[in-house]
Amino acid sequence: MSSMPSARSDADTRSGMASIGKAVKIVGQIFSKEDLYVDGDLEGTVELLEHKLTVGPNGNIHAGVKAREVVALGTIQGNVEAADRIEIRKDARLVGDIRTARIFIEDGAYFKGSIDIIKPEPRVAVKPQPAAPPPAPAAPPVVAAPPK
Amino acid sequence: MPLPGPLKNLLRGQGRSSASGGGSPPARFRRGDPKVPEIVTTRRSRALEEFFLDIRGQSGLTLLDLGGVSQENVNFITNLGHRLYSENFLQILEETFGPEDTVDHSNPGRIEFFLRQALDYPEAYFDGVLLWDSLEYLAPALLEAVVARVRRIAREKGQMLAFFESDDKLARVPCYTFRILELSSLQLTQHGTRPAVQLFNNRGLEKLFGEFKSVKFFLTRERLREVLVRV
Repeated sequence: MSSMPSARSDADTRSGMASIGKAVKIVGQIFSKEDLYVDGDLEGTVELLEHKLTVGPNGNIHAGVKAREVVALGTIQGNVEAADRIEIRKDARLVGDIRTARIFIEDGAYFKGSIDIIKPEPRVAVKPQPAAPPPAPAAPPVVAAPPK
Repeated sequence: MPLPGPLKNLLRGQGRSSASGGGSPPARFRRGDPKVPEIVTTRRSRALEEFFLDIRGQSGLTLLDLGGVSQENVNFITNLGHRLYSENFLQILEETFGPEDTVDHSNPGRIEFFLRQALDYPEAYFDGVLLWDSLEYLAPALLEAVVARVRRIAREKGQMLAFFESDDKLARVPCYTFRILELSSLQLTQHGTRPAVQLFNNRGLEKLFGEFKSVKFFLTRERLREVLVRV
């Protein structure tokens, strides 16, 4: 999902990601397979399971959010699930329940809701199997001595 | 008009709220006044320690922090394996009753609205509630309603932690943000002062929490009275 490119001055910070500018309002479901920057209004659901959602300072999201990572500089009203991390910056406002592995909250951020930290399952280390010993060389055939 | 004799200092502050409507409503505190430098101190808290020792060995509990969200409190509580609910109780208080007390704390409609905004949770939902000093800002009618609501949303055997200013000679009392550093260690950030709404002594607090199973007081060297209440 992508919209018209936003102001040039923000291009550097949002290069390589889809962007919804502050004059845009979207009502519906958004599925993205790339990072997404939202500085407009969004109602519905947002899903970027392998990617990062950034809500800009003008962004206003009334939606359930599922992403790998979420950075909030604006407003989110809805439950947020981030497999990796959530950042709520100083002037951001998040109202809803959060499920994530890590959360970072700046002083001055407004949050109302619950926080559940979900630790990722530890990887089971696979011990390397010792190399199988080489097969023993075959014994030479025994030849009976001829009778005298 | 000041009250006579031993009741002289019963009601502090320039104004006082009253169900009968007498007098002007108390001036609201203002947090975060940029002209007032923040004062940060660290102190030991026995009540905090006892609050968390009581639930040691358990995980997956549900706790409510009414002091607003902070990284320290989120880290401490979620590292213990608990779910944390966060409310900025005092911000909601100002938004409901106005920063200049434009609405009386005894207004029933506003009280109900405030409870819906700040404490709208199912009954018997929380294993623990961190009230911090939030009760100090409430006039009697609102205080009673809030305490009753907190009692309803806390589970049986759950605990509530509250702090009260114990020095009744102060005309203005400091207001704080409380951050949990360790099991028994708090960082207090003072954001200016405000006039307290009413006097809280041990007897008054026992009466306030009379419907609860137990009330335990912890006196501190500083001016804070720590109270641990069991539902």
